[in-house]
Amino acid sequence: MDYNFAYLDEQSKRAIRRSLLKAVAIPGHQIPFASREMPLPYGWGTGGIQLTAAIIGKDDVLKVIDQGADDTTNAVSIRQFFARVAGVASTTKTRLASIIQTRHRIPETALQGGQIMVYQVPMPEPLFKLEPRRTETRMLHALGDYSLMYLQLYDHITRYGRVAIGYDYPVMVHDRYLMSPSPIPAFDVPKMHMSPALQLFGAGREKRLYAVPPYTRVVPLAFADYPFAPVQAQAPCAICGSSSSYKDEIILDDRGTRQYVCSDTDYCEQHPC
Amino acid sequence: MSYVAVKGGARAIGAAHQLIADTLYPENNASDTPVDQLHQQLDQQLRLGIDRIMAEASLYDRDIAARALLQAQGDSIEAVFIVRAYRATLSRFLDAEPLKISDSQPQRHISAAFKDVPGGQQLGATYDYSHRLLGYFQHLPAPQSAAEPFIKSEDAAAETRHSGVMQLLEQEGFIETSTAAPTEENRDITQIPPGFPASRAQRLQTLARADEGFLLGMAYSTQRGYGQNHPFIAELRQGSVNVEITPPELGFTICIGQISMTECQMINQFHGDTPEQATFTRGYGLVFGHNERKAIAMALLDRALRARELGEKVQAPAQDEEFVLSHCDNVEATGFVEHLKLPHHVDFQSEIATLRALRAHPKNSPTEHSDGL
Repeated sequence: MDYNFAYLDEQSKRAIRRSLLKAVAIPGHQIPFASREMPLPYGWGTGGIQLTAAIIGKDDVLKVIDQGADDTTNAVSIRQFFARVAGVASTTKTRLASIIQTRHRIPETALQGGQIMVYQVPMPEPLFKLEPRRTETRMLHALGDYSLMYLQLYDHITRYGRVAIGYDYPVMVHDRYLMSPSPIPAFDVPKMHMSPALQLFGAGREKRLYAVPPYTRVVPLAFADYPFAPVQAQAPCAICGSSSSYKDEIILDDRGTRQYVCSDTDYCEQHPC
Repeated sequence: MSYVAVKGGARAIGAAHQLIADTLYPENNASDTPVDQLHQQLDQQLRLGIDRIMAEASLYDRDIAARALLQAQGDSIEAVFIVRAYRATLSRFLDAEPLKISDSQPQRHISAAFKDVPGGQQLGATYDYSHRLLGYFQHLPAPQSAAEPFIKSEDAAAETRHSGVMQLLEQEGFIETSTAAPTEENRDITQIPPGFPASRAQRLQTLARADEGFLLGMAYSTQRGYGQNHPFIAELRQGSVNVEITPPELGFTICIGQISMTECQMINQFHGDTPEQATFTRGYGLVFGHNERKAIAMALLDRALRARELGEKVQAPAQDEEFVLSHCDNVEATGFVEHLKLPHHVDFQSEIATLRALRAHPKNSPTEHSDGL
């Protein structure tokens, strides 16, 4: 069977691009879109795949990562999908990619102007753990009322002495909308702030997308006396020795011996020992 | 002609059953496949469908499940019903020894919480990373090397037993310790019906035979804010496990066969009021056959249903034990929902009579206890 370039028909792609334009115009605001069924399951990145399908052209160079790595099963599967239905070139090198589709990480290598990050998003609503009803959260966003989230942070501080959110750390975009950065580790959140790259977010199952245009303020929620303080493994990478990258923790044996290695495989390969 | 069709029961029922028989065993059967062979074929090619029937029927018998699926024309709930009814006729002779799941040779073994784990990540047969394109598996690229069906992430010495991810987290004190349920709580719920509040063992038994679709929907609701879990799959394992019994007259353990099982060990949000007390909590799923969807959903629901035990507010439907456990059985549910097809004209007649009486005596007039009340 033959499929249109990048799987979706041109009308569908155009409809998604129109929603994307709206999203770029209102940074951090969730825009509904007519999400299609894709031949990969919901939760695997159907939102990101649709955004990539809508924006990709024949000259693009695609990089796909999952947990920071190009060789994880889901990243391989999505890359193969686009190779099959769009036939575009792909790369594992962050610097060479024009579109980077990602699940749960932002590359360690600084992004450049002209690059597009496409994030796969499971739950676009940053408030859903506190208020599951969409009708309510829309009102809270309209009023800019984020007291629920501040209370949550305060609750953590009284219980644990610190904000205990490791991933999907809530951020304020352009001083207006509270946004889910997708389930990236809190460690990655500062990379979103004033990034020269265009950042697009797609949630297929929830049928919503949003965007952070280049050079936009993205500020993690915190208090003046309890500033944002992400946690990460202190050990250097066992392969490349980097002490500044985000690490995977790998269990080596039955005694529970651990090893820490860069989750960003491209960065790890290029980082001098 | 008077409308008395409901009285002509016997002939109508006979004809109705003949219509089904004609579909199941058509006279001009084009394929000419003997029925026994059809059962075998169902077992081989609709393997996962058979697994689902065995799980929801709580009876591990592939042949019986295949027969039921054919008799039910593919309606899996009807098939579950047939197998449950057969199961009710079987006598029990012994309780098996607890299954040693971690000793099993997994066909599939993955962890989402760690990149690599003792025993290695092993994909096995899975649709997970396939593309849902018609004919996908007929046009696979030729394998690069000789047949290598099981590729592990590490060269795990095949026969050695590996500690589970949960045990390793336990050693670090990061997860609550698992405790075996007291024996009286383990009693078979199909022999001794559980009440409320149910023990965790009773809940798990109920969930293991519950309708997959119901569990899926309820589990999904916890992921969307209706009862929080923050789940990570520590280990998902599918493979064959030995079933062992210890006959009293022998006094030692013998293996009586192997069954395929899917197990999900879930790590969930930490719990505790102080940093020292904070530990991750557990959710557990175990299902007959190969059914990862259900094992995962079960583990999510197990954790959600522990809300009261862990001092959480019970707010969402998935945390409400009585709601979930009373409505998750598809044979019970389908019976009661579909029984609305049975004649109800006596009850309905009384409702009509009541409504007539209400209309006949306008408001404020004394109520009359007429027929039907």
